[in-house]
Amino acid sequence: MPDTSHGIGGLTFDKAKRSWPNELNILLALVIIIVVFEVLGQVLPYMNDQSFLFDSRDRFDSIFNEARLQIIILQVAIIGIIALGVTQVIITAGIDLSSGPLVAATAMIAMSFGQTELVNGFPNPKALFGTWAMDLPVVLPVVIGLAFGAIIGAINGTFIAFLRIPPFIATLGMFLICRGIALWWSGGNPISFPTESFKYIGSGMMPVVWFLSLAVIFHVIMRYTVYGKHTYAIGSNEEAARMSGINVKRHKVMVYTVASSLAAFAGVVLAAKSETAQAGMGEFYELFAIAMAVIGGISLQGGRGSIIGTVLGAMVLGVIRSGFTYIKLDGSYQLMAMGSIIIAAIILDQYRQRNKA
Amino acid sequence: MSDDIVLRTENLTKHYGGVHALMGANFEMRQGEHVAIMGDNGAGKSTFVRQITGVEQRTSGKVSLYGEEVNFGGPLEAREAGIETVFQTLALADDLDVSDNLFLGREMTKFDWLGPFRFLDYKGMRKATMEGLVKTGVKIPNIRNTIRNMSGGQRQCVAIARTATFASRLTIMDEPTAALGVQETAQVENIIRTLKDQGEPLILVSHNMRQVFDLVDRIIVFRRGRIVANLNKEDTDGQDVVAYITGAKTGEEFAGAA
Ligand SMILES: Nc1ncnc2c1ncn2[C@@H]1O[C@H](COP(=O)(O)OP(=O)(O)OP(=O)(O)O)[C@@H](O)[C@H]1O
Ligand SMILES: [Mg+2]
Repeated sequence: MPDTSHGIGGLTFDKAKRSWPNELNILLALVIIIVVFEVLGQVLPYMNDQSFLFDSRDRFDSIFNEARLQIIILQVAIIGIIALGVTQVIITAGIDLSSGPLVAATAMIAMSFGQTELVNGFPNPKALFGTWAMDLPVVLPVVIGLAFGAIIGAINGTFIAFLRIPPFIATLGMFLICRGIALWWSGGNPISFPTESFKYIGSGMMPVVWFLSLAVIFHVIMRYTVYGKHTYAIGSNEEAARMSGINVKRHKVMVYTVASSLAAFAGVVLAAKSETAQAGMGEFYELFAIAMAVIGGISLQGGRGSIIGTVLGAMVLGVIRSGFTYIKLDGSYQLMAMGSIIIAAIILDQYRQRNKA
Repeated sequence: MSDDIVLRTENLTKHYGGVHALMGANFEMRQGEHVAIMGDNGAGKSTFVRQITGVEQRTSGKVSLYGEEVNFGGPLEAREAGIETVFQTLALADDLDVSDNLFLGREMTKFDWLGPFRFLDYKGMRKATMEGLVKTGVKIPNIRNTIRNMSGGQRQCVAIARTATFASRLTIMDEPTAALGVQETAQVENIIRTLKDQGEPLILVSHNMRQVFDLVDRIIVFRRGRIVANLNKEDTDGQDVVAYITGAKTGEEFAGAA
């Protein structure tokens, strides 16, 4: 009997080559970026003795600057939650531009059911509804927010899968619609003063807890379940997926629904963290979420990418943001740098693909 | 209708807008029979295959499998009814590995109560894949390799192994040896002979005259969307078949067809 585990037919299989997953490259990039900032901190004259990574008061015992690490990951956690969904959408060879405004709309809607009746003994000055909507159990605003997101996602998915509208156009339309809903919901007024339990959802490091737990869950789902396998199959070759008997249309609707539900959850967490909801929230979030996935090595042609990659991509963005603040370069430089990195990541991906093909 | 008839089509017709790709195809095959479909490029062979396998919805006509009229809503229904197909386009997902592709759309799973989020039984699928490959003698360097990194012939081997791994009531192969080397072609022909010995019916679409005469009992010729000949292997030869393919001849019962 031929030895099928190794190359028969004259081919041998190089195990060493395969055991170098793409995610390791991103991890490597992450380390390099951190080192660059660390070195810059030492070299730049105005930085007097600070360290990026290590505790600046007692730097020689190599204790990390935990406060900075926390901020790095806290800054990207909420957009990271969106990116987990966007990753799935891009793996099907789609795109979702509606997530940023969806964050705002969900923040408004959820917050309006998460308000508290009395603020310091006075009636809530930002109350949107009557007392019936005050001090509701915290599950209600969360469930309402998630349901809203799921509906938006199902609509996106239906337009894309059944009416064959290109994902870019369908979600661009939804982008405007959601921003409109966010403005219309309270007539443009902010909604504030949530209940204690609602605040708790976004307090302290809670966004990071949500982000990392959801990342673990979706990593398992994408890797080990039928849902994940079919998502990759559709992105690899939609026609083959259909011929193999996968209900491609239904599956796409499901993926967009999951993605928008995640974005909606990000909206709930953001509202809770900010303790207020405004129609302008979440600006550019959709783009940063896509950027995280792209930096994380996803292929915009679909079929390739991973949750781990996206989490690492989120960390890269976080480190860059925090690093620029650390070397005291302001936001304008950050945007330019991030833009360059996104373009570099895409060039790298195409280069990799050409080498493989 | 006799149960002896595996597949019957009556007036099977498919139009793509103004393109009449398949017109009034009446086809019948018996239990255990191996039938070849021949014809020039664009004659409608693959279109015929797509109509019986539920990949497309026919414009008109009837299809029955083992005496029962069938209307497959999609490819999965056809597979569940026991039709295994190697499509000309192979229908493989490039970024998935061999066993993923073999089981795509009918994965072995665990924790089925999780619905769409039920878990894949990777171990079981890989084991079954190895067994399927050994059984068919298909050569693939490593089943963990993604299809993207495989040669055209290796891809074709994966698609063929997929049909051979599952029990079926009718196997259809659309140009299965088109991209294969001499050895691999012989291997596929062996798989087909095994099916014959087991009494499993097969439809083979092929341009290879030698192969057709080696393997099948009957030859159907398509020309410009119509069936123009139905020939028993014993009553015909290569030249004759070519005459039908090119249009120099048309079978009496099909006169006026093309
Ligand atoms: N989806 C489609 N839309 C429009 N026309 C189509 C479509 N699929 C096939 N056709 C046309 O139908 C006709 C028959 O095509 P088909 O693929 O069945 O040919 P074939 O006999 O399998 O040829 P080959 O030997 O090249 O595989 C061709 O003229 C083709 O251009
Ligand atoms: Mg064909």
